[in-house]
Amino acid sequence: MNFPILSFLTFFPLVGVIFILLRRGSDEVVERSSKNISILVSVINFIVSLFLWSKFDLANPGFQFVEESQWIKNFVSYKIGVDGISIFLVLLTTFISPLCIFASINSLKKRIKEFLIAILIMQTFMIGVFCALDLFLFFLFFEGGLIPMFLIIGIWGGERRVYSALKFFLYTFLGSIFMLIAIIAIYWNMNTLDLVKLTESKIPENLQYWMWLGFFISLAVKLPMWPFHTWLPDAHVEAPTAGSVILAAILLKISGYGFIRFSLGLFPIASHYFANFVFVLSVIAIIYASLVALMQTDMKKLIAYSSVAHMGYVTIGIFSFTKQGLDGAIFQMISHGLISASLFLCVGVLYDRVHSRLIQDYSGVVNVMPKFALVFIFSSLANVGLPGTSGFVGEFLTLIGTFKVNYIVAILAATGVILSAAYSLWLCKRVVFGEFKVNNHGEKLLDLDVTEIVILFMLMILTIVFGVYPNLILEPISSSVDLVVKNMGAIK
Amino acid sequence: MKNLIPELVILLSSFSLLITGVFSKTFNKIINYIIIVLLAALIFVVYFNFASSVTLFGNSYTIDPLSNFMKTLVLISVLFTMLISNTYLERLKIAKFEYPIILLLSTLGMFVMISANNLIVFYLGLELQSLCLYVLAAINTKSLKSSEAGLKYFVLGSLSSGLLLYGCSLVYGFTGSVDYSEIAKVATEQSGALKFGLVFILCGIAFKISAVPFHMWSPDVYEGSPTSVTTFFAMAPKVAAIAALIKFLNVPYANFISEWRTIVIVLSIASMFLGAVAAIGQSNLKRLMAYSSIGHVGFILAGLAIATPQSLSAVLVYLVIYVFMNIGVFACIMSLNRNGVYFENISDLSGLSKHHPLIAICLTILTFSLAGIPPLAGFFAKFYIFLAIIQQKIYYLAVVGLLSAVIAAFYYLRIIKVIYFDAAKESYEKNSNYGIKFSLIFSTVVILFYFIDPSTLNTIVESITKNIK
Repeated sequence: MNFPILSFLTFFPLVGVIFILLRRGSDEVVERSSKNISILVSVINFIVSLFLWSKFDLANPGFQFVEESQWIKNFVSYKIGVDGISIFLVLLTTFISPLCIFASINSLKKRIKEFLIAILIMQTFMIGVFCALDLFLFFLFFEGGLIPMFLIIGIWGGERRVYSALKFFLYTFLGSIFMLIAIIAIYWNMNTLDLVKLTESKIPENLQYWMWLGFFISLAVKLPMWPFHTWLPDAHVEAPTAGSVILAAILLKISGYGFIRFSLGLFPIASHYFANFVFVLSVIAIIYASLVALMQTDMKKLIAYSSVAHMGYVTIGIFSFTKQGLDGAIFQMISHGLISASLFLCVGVLYDRVHSRLIQDYSGVVNVMPKFALVFIFSSLANVGLPGTSGFVGEFLTLIGTFKVNYIVAILAATGVILSAAYSLWLCKRVVFGEFKVNNHGEKLLDLDVTEIVILFMLMILTIVFGVYPNLILEPISSSVDLVVKNMGAIK
Repeated sequence: MKNLIPELVILLSSFSLLITGVFSKTFNKIINYIIIVLLAALIFVVYFNFASSVTLFGNSYTIDPLSNFMKTLVLISVLFTMLISNTYLERLKIAKFEYPIILLLSTLGMFVMISANNLIVFYLGLELQSLCLYVLAAINTKSLKSSEAGLKYFVLGSLSSGLLLYGCSLVYGFTGSVDYSEIAKVATEQSGALKFGLVFILCGIAFKISAVPFHMWSPDVYEGSPTSVTTFFAMAPKVAAIAALIKFLNVPYANFISEWRTIVIVLSIASMFLGAVAAIGQSNLKRLMAYSSIGHVGFILAGLAIATPQSLSAVLVYLVIYVFMNIGVFACIMSLNRNGVYFENISDLSGLSKHHPLIAICLTILTFSLAGIPPLAGFFAKFYIFLAIIQQKIYYLAVVGLLSAVIAAFYYLRIIKVIYFDAAKESYEKNSNYGIKFSLIFSTVVILFYFIDPSTLNTIVESITKNIK
């Protein structure tokens, strides 16, 4: 029997949690060793995921590394596997998690041990979500992630953390119950929850519409899509830096992944039926969220709204049902994972030094923090979609794909690019350029230290590499995307 | 006779302990331990006779896997109640030797209720356990609230017993028999009068399980009674009453399913909803747990209303998980003492995470489980119920249930908020009681790791429920 590499990836962080819990001694010793353990665990996980990637068969559009065993008798099996689409999201998760841990061990002041435990548990749930090939298992990981994230926002967050944590939890919980009903209804109608079997056997048409809606509500809340997005700015603003990074870089991608895997994979007829509906919501999200982002005075809120807008591209890309659109959507998810992570880390860098997220408290940062300014401007430009960065490829491909299907939507969505340039560049102008002035005793602003440089430059280099040579992602996902497009095309 | 061992042992030991207690001064120090050992032994006795299926005393008393399962559950509840309440009773100076004996007698009543196959036997068991419960509620004679709780419970409980007895007499009047299987034979034709009996009896049982609108007593009684008694109230009587209800609905009234299903669904929806909404305003943990248990009873009733083998299995699983969640939560509540004073407000939980990380993490896990968040056991409990509901395509019940689960999540999250997010208060006394520690950790482990092997319990309950009808 082969080594269960995916199970290892999913549950290895929990082993780290156990080791951290078992450490005894003075607070200082425990703290230091829990830092070391969590770094070690997350880095090993990343290396293992690279190994997984090296073994991955690019030509095979189906699921690989599949592990299956009976779990709840006659009902749910423990079945996991990855295909071209999900393996990148797994890689993204294993890549971002160590960065989060590195970024937070120096800046966090209280309860570091518990924080690291929460992050590691979160990692298990996130990898599990992308690997699960059983609807029940997916739901378990999808919902389970709420617990650590709720605690991360609530314990280590800013002033209004309680409100934000509750809002985040209740919103997502309310959304997901509809998915639960849909999953149960699928079970009684199809007698299986196995994703592969469900994709092969067609779900009856009259059922598809309701099931699609059930999944849609819960995924749209998590994405978040306009008008279900209001929890996101609050959660982002109050969450600690690492929490924001995980939220933006990975949690938001779960929905995009869910749309491709479930909405398109299981309910193709309903997806066609509702495509225009999704287009309308996405276009509103892009334009509205960009306009709202323009007016923000809080940097994190601005980036949060820009995330809403960028997720709008993901959904129009997915629901264009074209190869370019889907390619673009997946590319956009990964690229947004890198760019938003780096933007949130940048804001975290400023916040650690000055303890303010307000734009008006900063001006002319470039004069004292040149390296920081470089990274910040670069990330903002990548966020705008400057050619040469990965942001450009994602947006461009989704717009091409959408143009084929519905040019009005494409044109409207393209205005978002201009708006995003407006708010990003204006943010840069206000914070980075101008005369040096920082409120709140920020006279001694130190430039990036070594850890921060390593983290941010790694993200930056990846953004450029993917931007210059997008085939790194597009080629591996191509066969899986072809399969999805073919399935969707068969419906028309 | 072999099958009656548990009942006989409880009866004889409670009498002999009572007599010994009267003559011995130092007895109340060890009586707790004697009874704990006795209960643990009884669990094994019931377990070894698990598969036996007999009817005794002229078809009025049945022992079958269902009753054995429920008895085990009652025994577990009583055992853990005893384990966690030792120190509490001593601190409050109510550690009288009568206390555990009344508990035992009440357990006997529940056993009779669970095994009853006859309206009279059922009523006898119910009254035996209720009378003991009235006394237990008022056992802290120095506390005004406890006396009030006892009196309130007694007055309202008698009223409901009266309703139930009236229902029984109606049923007897129209069928000429009190035997369940005899009633089932006569009840085939649609006789309206039998429905009257059904309604009255349902009201009586709904009172015992505190289903809305018969729940009024429960917050007051939960709050007023000593916490150890509240622990008991929250678990054992509900298990017994639900066992009796399962039998009552599915044996004598099996042919009236369309009639009672509507009633039970109404009770269920009202309980789920009120349990979720009314708990939001509470500041006392015990009151909160009262509303929480009303909500849980609502989910259990939803499963009962469906009445398929699937849904009855879900009910049994739910009961098991419910019992373990309550053991844990009440063990937490009973560890909040400082200088001989027990604290029971939600705001008293602040700072737990700083001074008592173990209790804090356990209570967090249990609370998330009560709210029904995966991958904890509470989620599976609710999930099986919804699985059964949607199989019967009663979507509105599922939607109401899930919505109230979301509303309820709000107040459970508030508990976690107080534990982790609020500023720390003074620490509580370090706990040296192994009973509380063991119960807390044991129940948390059960709740946390249930997901690893849900199948074992499912297999057991499925083998039970397929024979109910």
